[in-house]
Amino acid sequence: MIAEAGLIALWLAAALAFLQLALSALGLWGGKDELLGAVRPVAVTQGVLTAISFCALVALFLRSDMSVLLVASNSHSAKPWLYKFAGAWGNHEGSMLLWVTVMGLAGAAVALFERALRRDTHMATLAGQAAISLGFYAFLLFSSNPFARLSPAPANGQGLNPLLQDPGLAFHPPTLYLGYVGLSVAFSFAIGALLTRRVDAAFARAMRPWVLAAWVLLTLGITAGSYWAYYELGWGGWWFWDPVENASLMPWLAATALLHSVTVLATRDSLRAWTVMLAVIAFSMSMVGTFLVRSGILTSVHAFAVDPERGSFILALLAIYIGGALALFGWRVGAVREGATFRTVSRESALVMNNLLLCVILGIVLIGTLYPLMTEAFGHKVSVGAPYFDRVAGPLALALMLLMAVGPLLRWRQDQARVVAKRVAVPAVLLVLSLVVLLMVGAGTIGVLPLLGLAIAIPVGVASLAPLWKRNLLRTPLFTWGMVIAHLGCAVSLAGMACDSAFTVEKLVAARPGDTIRTAGWTLHFERIAPIAGDNWTALQADIRASRGGGAVMIKPQSRFFTLPPTTTSEAALLTRWNGQLYVVLGQEADAGRWQLRIWWKPFVTLIWLGGIMIALGGVLALIGRERRGWRHKWQKGEA
Amino acid sequence: MKRPLLLWVPLVAFVAVLLLFAGRLANPDDRVVQSRLIGQALPVFDLPAAASDRPALRSTDIGGGKPRLVNIFASWCLPCAAEAPQLMALRRAGVEIDGIAIRDARADVDAFLKKHGNPYTRIGLDARSTVQMALGSSGVPETFVIDGRGKIAHQHIGDIRADDVPKVLKQLEAAR
Repeated sequence: MIAEAGLIALWLAAALAFLQLALSALGLWGGKDELLGAVRPVAVTQGVLTAISFCALVALFLRSDMSVLLVASNSHSAKPWLYKFAGAWGNHEGSMLLWVTVMGLAGAAVALFERALRRDTHMATLAGQAAISLGFYAFLLFSSNPFARLSPAPANGQGLNPLLQDPGLAFHPPTLYLGYVGLSVAFSFAIGALLTRRVDAAFARAMRPWVLAAWVLLTLGITAGSYWAYYELGWGGWWFWDPVENASLMPWLAATALLHSVTVLATRDSLRAWTVMLAVIAFSMSMVGTFLVRSGILTSVHAFAVDPERGSFILALLAIYIGGALALFGWRVGAVREGATFRTVSRESALVMNNLLLCVILGIVLIGTLYPLMTEAFGHKVSVGAPYFDRVAGPLALALMLLMAVGPLLRWRQDQARVVAKRVAVPAVLLVLSLVVLLMVGAGTIGVLPLLGLAIAIPVGVASLAPLWKRNLLRTPLFTWGMVIAHLGCAVSLAGMACDSAFTVEKLVAARPGDTIRTAGWTLHFERIAPIAGDNWTALQADIRASRGGGAVMIKPQSRFFTLPPTTTSEAALLTRWNGQLYVVLGQEADAGRWQLRIWWKPFVTLIWLGGIMIALGGVLALIGRERRGWRHKWQKGEA
Repeated sequence: MKRPLLLWVPLVAFVAVLLLFAGRLANPDDRVVQSRLIGQALPVFDLPAAASDRPALRSTDIGGGKPRLVNIFASWCLPCAAEAPQLMALRRAGVEIDGIAIRDARADVDAFLKKHGNPYTRIGLDARSTVQMALGSSGVPETFVIDGRGKIAHQHIGDIRADDVPKVLKQLEAAR
């Protein structure tokens, strides 16, 4: 019954999306103005229905209803409840349902809370949102029905991929989806503004919270995904330039550019056409990412429901929406008048540079990700990996960091180069000093990029605090705090990346229980290896006593074997200290009685994710600050 | 006049990417990696006997003027059992077949051959897949066609199906 109810709710929601599109189109362009009043309630009801449908799926997973095909093939009655819960979206159909649910709820929120935008742009935005949702409803209902029944029902079910049975990963994909959907809302705003030719500051202010929220979620999703890959895959790396990682990075890069350009548009009414273009690019990158992951046309460690039929469906959606949006852009944006102008030395032009650099990096990642496809079309098989991305994108990212340090110190509209030089004097001196020191200490032993990264991280960190200089900290607006913390987070993250590549010590040994291993100031005593059993797995566990000076700690890396489905995973043991992480992986049995142990000491590696969290926190503060100011203005207007 | 044209560039680039995607979806990658040794001489190896009633296998045993097959198999491999009748048919047609048993044990190989028939002249035991790797083979079963001078002429990945038998016979004829 629950499954049928969920399916009915989904069909109804799809019908309402169609109604929403028809009503707003007729109202806006058919001259039936009275119809527009019905659009908002329809959007809200649609959101509620998608939520009901998603709750139905979660209920089916929690009850382990094996008569539902999706539950039987992705869950198991012996699984811990958290993973039953997460199993609802840990598969293709469920994740698409989550996608339309978030989209429905976002549409409802746009309908309910957006008040500042002109009515016609608002309605056109809701029409755009309905059009996008319709495509995804069709995808779900015609090709990926999550509520399909299975007869006869099996007793137990197949189980969830053990790599995914991890609390971090239970919440990593939905965070990214939320981000993607946030970008779809920004996209709808852009379409709405193009349709009504109203690309202005009010439009930018309406779109900004969605871009900010999406960007925060993407940042968190990427940070969590990176940490998950770091400790679960047992390779000791934190970014692999895997196509799926790139698929999440590209929308983030576009959203970062959009975030900055939308601020220019909202504050100074400049960069009109460019902001619209970026909104289209950002959403198209999330669609391209979804397509690359789901269609399986690229080889990746994230084998995710590879299915050419689904691939064709997403490709069709991509062609319709993005192709349509770009055609609309070409057709309409010429009619958008140029906004306010600015001088070469100004915050605007720093932000334009930021946008250019981000877009070039985005292009580099996109080309690197698609290059294997392009060459294969001509009969060559290649794979593009870290050497390309590091070398090509790395220097640009460093340039971007330098720009990030200077940009916030510039005034809007125009500034004087001499005054700016004074403001950046301290960080510039620091930069030169740290470069000299590092060249003396590390030349030859540290690679060029990590060395530059280290040299840049400290002055950039200092410079990112400069906007707070000589200000009353309590009266500094929350969004300025947000910017400062996010920029500081970038510097912190950069420091972590550079330290990890410059100073990591790696050791691979074949050790017998009783052996003692010394590396990077640590003493590891391999005490024993023994089998242990968990809920739905068994494992070989090494007991290792690790000490550095005094105070020994037991660490227990495991080689885990899951029975359902049969898979082996390695559970690395991590020991976090203030200045780094000890990372130990238990490998295969080398020969009689000796076991492979991989040991890394990674100084300050945790800064990478700390920085990621700071960036997201900065985004949250900016979001709260902007929204609060918006409400206060409205309230004051109401008083007057 | 320059600006309007420029505005259509993103759409054109997007269409190019779409065509690339569509082309790839229409012709999915077969994901089969052929051995790089095709056309080259067999690598040198010396394997112990894998079955109690067949001699061991050395690379020097192969290539005595007559083309033959080297079949990579294992007693624990289901497709290998499915492939056995075709190998028996090839054997009856007069083809010389040598086997390499991967990660196997002699008792298991004996049981496998007793159950599914024994088309092999010699069988080597490759306990740690080292020879398999050297041959550029990535799974079981795989079959290599070796010409009379000991060069690898073809590689058949996966089990030999009934309708593959004439093709294999033709390849052996051509490798003479």
